[in-house]
Amino acid sequence: MDYALLFIQTLNGLQLGLLLFLVASGLTLVFGILDFVNLAHGSLYMLGAFICASLTFLLGNFLVAVVVALPLTGVIGYLVERFIARPLYARDHLDHVLGTFGLILVLDTLTHLIWGPAGIAIPLPVWLDGQVNLFEGVVVPIYRLLIIVTGLATAAGLFWLVNYTRLGMLIRAGASNRTMVAALGIDIQTLFALVFALGAMLAGLAGMLIAPISEASIGMGNNIIITAFVVIIVGGIGSMKGAFIAALVIGLIDTLGRSYIDDAFKLFMPSDAAETSAPAVSAMLIYIIMAVILAVRPQGLFPPKVR
Amino acid sequence: MFLTKRSSRITLVVMALLLVMPVVFYNTGNEFYLDLATRLVILGIAAVSLNLVLGYGGLVSFGHAAYIGIGSYAVGIPVYHEFYGGFESVASTNGLFQIGLAVGLSALFALITGAISLRTKGVYFIMITMAFAQMVYYLFLSLDEYGGDDGLVIEMRSQLPLVDLDNPIELFLLCYVSLAISMLIVRTIIHSRFGMVLQGAKGNNERLITLGYNTYLYRLTAYVISGAMCGFAGALMGNFSSFISPEMMGWSRSGELMFMVILGGAATTMGPVFGSIAFILVEEVLSSLTIYWHLPFGLMLIGVVLFARGGLMGILRGKGD
Amino acid sequence: MKKLITAALAATMLTSPALAAEVKVGFVTTLTTGAAIIGNDMKNAVDLAVEHMGGKMGDLDLNVIYGDDGFKPETGKQVTDKLVKQDDVDFVAGFIWSHVLLASRKSALDAGKFLISSNAGPSPVAGKLCHENFFSTSWQNDQTPMAMGEVLNQNGIKSIYLMAPNYAAGKNMIAGVERTFKGDILGKDLTKWGADAQLDFSAELAKAKASGAEAIWVFYPGAAAGAFIKQYHQAGLKDVMPLYTSFTVDGLSLPKLQKANFESVLGSRITQQWDPSLDNAQNKRFVADFKAKHGTYPSFYAAQAYDTMFLIKSAVEAVGGNLDDMDGLRAAMKSANYDSVRGKYTYGNNHMPIQNFYLREVVADADGNWTTKVVSTVYENHQDPYASECAMQ
Repeated sequence: MDYALLFIQTLNGLQLGLLLFLVASGLTLVFGILDFVNLAHGSLYMLGAFICASLTFLLGNFLVAVVVALPLTGVIGYLVERFIARPLYARDHLDHVLGTFGLILVLDTLTHLIWGPAGIAIPLPVWLDGQVNLFEGVVVPIYRLLIIVTGLATAAGLFWLVNYTRLGMLIRAGASNRTMVAALGIDIQTLFALVFALGAMLAGLAGMLIAPISEASIGMGNNIIITAFVVIIVGGIGSMKGAFIAALVIGLIDTLGRSYIDDAFKLFMPSDAAETSAPAVSAMLIYIIMAVILAVRPQGLFPPKVR
Repeated sequence: MFLTKRSSRITLVVMALLLVMPVVFYNTGNEFYLDLATRLVILGIAAVSLNLVLGYGGLVSFGHAAYIGIGSYAVGIPVYHEFYGGFESVASTNGLFQIGLAVGLSALFALITGAISLRTKGVYFIMITMAFAQMVYYLFLSLDEYGGDDGLVIEMRSQLPLVDLDNPIELFLLCYVSLAISMLIVRTIIHSRFGMVLQGAKGNNERLITLGYNTYLYRLTAYVISGAMCGFAGALMGNFSSFISPEMMGWSRSGELMFMVILGGAATTMGPVFGSIAFILVEEVLSSLTIYWHLPFGLMLIGVVLFARGGLMGILRGKGD
Repeated sequence: MKKLITAALAATMLTSPALAAEVKVGFVTTLTTGAAIIGNDMKNAVDLAVEHMGGKMGDLDLNVIYGDDGFKPETGKQVTDKLVKQDDVDFVAGFIWSHVLLASRKSALDAGKFLISSNAGPSPVAGKLCHENFFSTSWQNDQTPMAMGEVLNQNGIKSIYLMAPNYAAGKNMIAGVERTFKGDILGKDLTKWGADAQLDFSAELAKAKASGAEAIWVFYPGAAAGAFIKQYHQAGLKDVMPLYTSFTVDGLSLPKLQKANFESVLGSRITQQWDPSLDNAQNKRFVADFKAKHGTYPSFYAAQAYDTMFLIKSAVEAVGGNLDDMDGLRAAMKSANYDSVRGKYTYGNNHMPIQNFYLREVVADADGNWTTKVVSTVYENHQDPYASECAMQ
């Protein structure tokens, strides 16, 4: 066993898991409080990446661009809430799924029209572009560490927000009992818009963080959104803690699966068959886990106490 | 539930047009429109099957494309082995065997996944059906022998008694008759006692349970019937396109099927067929106009969900409904 | 509803009037999704070819109809069906992706149309599934990486790690390197491809590094190219394991990489049957006019698409515009008697080109734009390894 490699792959898994958490946390907030299924959440992730890419070239610095792009994605989130989500709150989940499915098509095509079909590569500042030698045999890109740190910091911030602020109190109350919050005279409309914008910013942040690695590209959100749904379903809808744990577990499983499944398969099948079937099987793993968990716990791992 | 006079007239006219127009097109040298109609009718069968659980049962399955895939591969894999050897027990070009396999495997898959999924409710149900479909998607992606991501060309269409599927008109007629039969089956089911319980459980599940009905079993049965019918549509799809790939069971395909049902009008006999007609025609017209056709198409989707509740059937029935 | 259907069908029918005295070419490529960057480049080249031809092939008017495969085999097949059945084209051309070509070939060939691949070269169409009406203006997938394997041997590389997307061409490309590379292959990864392709290669790069291979070879066409090169650069592997690529660093990824300042790509080497610097009149005109019109160097995809149109033109002119003369058209195309931007080449028994493969290096041109130049010739008149499996003579 190569422990240095295992350590690096664990870090890679952690990075993927934290990005997943950023997307899933926004989704679970919107889902838990607004009871709204937003398939187009992944498109906000994509828009975040593209806006940040354009701003990086305009402002000359990636980090400045992120700071400016965040409120912009928040505004887009607000617009989506105002014109698409709000009229659909009273409807059932099926209408949410279909409406936001349409929104995905619209946003993907608009992105194609505005930015063209080619992805945009985002240049990083020189100090972020190198590697750091953690200890013997473990050299990791600095930028990937930055993603991990940002992800953990955002998770901590969200945790504080949800558990120790008035907004967080309303969020928790909303997740357990919506009608009660409204009955207490809280301006539910504003709370909803705020939460939606916050969710959009979280998704946008994830898109901005991944863009310097894999470029901003059309349809990048449609891949991660399904995984993010798996995360919040496994974690329990509305549960921040559940989303965090499930995201890390799924990130680790996906990365370690990609690294080690082909070796495991080679023990009992021809090498070539193992090479080609391993990627698909590791992709299938997360769905198998989800099915098993739902079969045992139909409400996910950490369902909010009252619903 | 019963169609108003006006809408049943329209139903008859549309079904008649759906039969006559493609044949006319074919004989006037517009073979492509026959193809379009065949695809539309096959998707119509899938939408009718989805409507049984989604419309009448209130069970929002986000994974019905998986059954189309299973059905198609049930045609493609036996043909593949017939042509390239291996797996003797499956190798066959016999259509009855292939369709039996398609329906049987789909029913089995529906039974297993339904048994697990139906323990959940609401959004959890939507997402777990999607997850199971993704599993099948990745399973076929990993089967390198059958082409994986590249898909599989079906070298020969199913050999059936009476009909020659290589003749596009005969293939179309088979699909059309299948559509009519599947509509009748669903209609019969929902007017039976079984169908009443299924629809009752959609409205108030607890009440029916109190009345002594095991709604879980009713729902599971409906789910299996729906899956089997959709698998049959898949077998037709494989024969029609002579090519299958995991792509056809991706989650967005499941979304499209759902949309056909809603667009036409859920929980109506004719709705899913209207939905697939409108869906395919709009897609065809828009995509021939511009490569950016997803933009107006997406706007239309949003518009239908926001403003046209009850779908096309709702509009046809007018205020009286 | 009835009126709607009739109107809709009538509307689509109007778009296909049968006109005499024209040659119709259906061109299938990718115009949506991120892969549209390739499709647009090919479309630009075809449009330029039409312009250079004055919109005519011989006495016939030239009508090019584009089809978008959406990066999916199934859609590609539907589009091909439509071009063949509805638009009744005389030639079906284009095809970036091997799996799209494999899914679509029957639709075109069974209808008795000529099928010309402007890029994809999966092994079956060169071998067992070769067809008298199929031609290629590109290469068979194995060939370019085979040339790369030779280059690796010449550079004294003893061990390598291979990475490619998990689809028909990816597997062919890996087979190509394995065919000629004499050293050890210490590992390989096939990654998820398609509309939701995997673009974060952190796990694979860590594995590659841990394998201790001297070098790494990858095949990542289109949008994935930039993503891979960035991550290779960020992982600091440049000095540890040099990067060799096939169809990854090209006229499409270079401007983007230059914009993002990835200087580590300068000096990297690739193999190809064409280069913008090749010295022949047809190529000079193509590259100069393409640059003037679009501001960037054409990619090899563009070059092959441009050639496709001139190959068709040579055949149409050889039969005097009589498109019913299938045998005449076929014989004319088989002779490859036209000015290709890659210079003269011939067709083998399987209708795949027998041509030179060059080693190219990434350099900055006189204006500072990143491009490639030819370093040496790796193969002269190279034929693909599947030709012997083709039953045609």
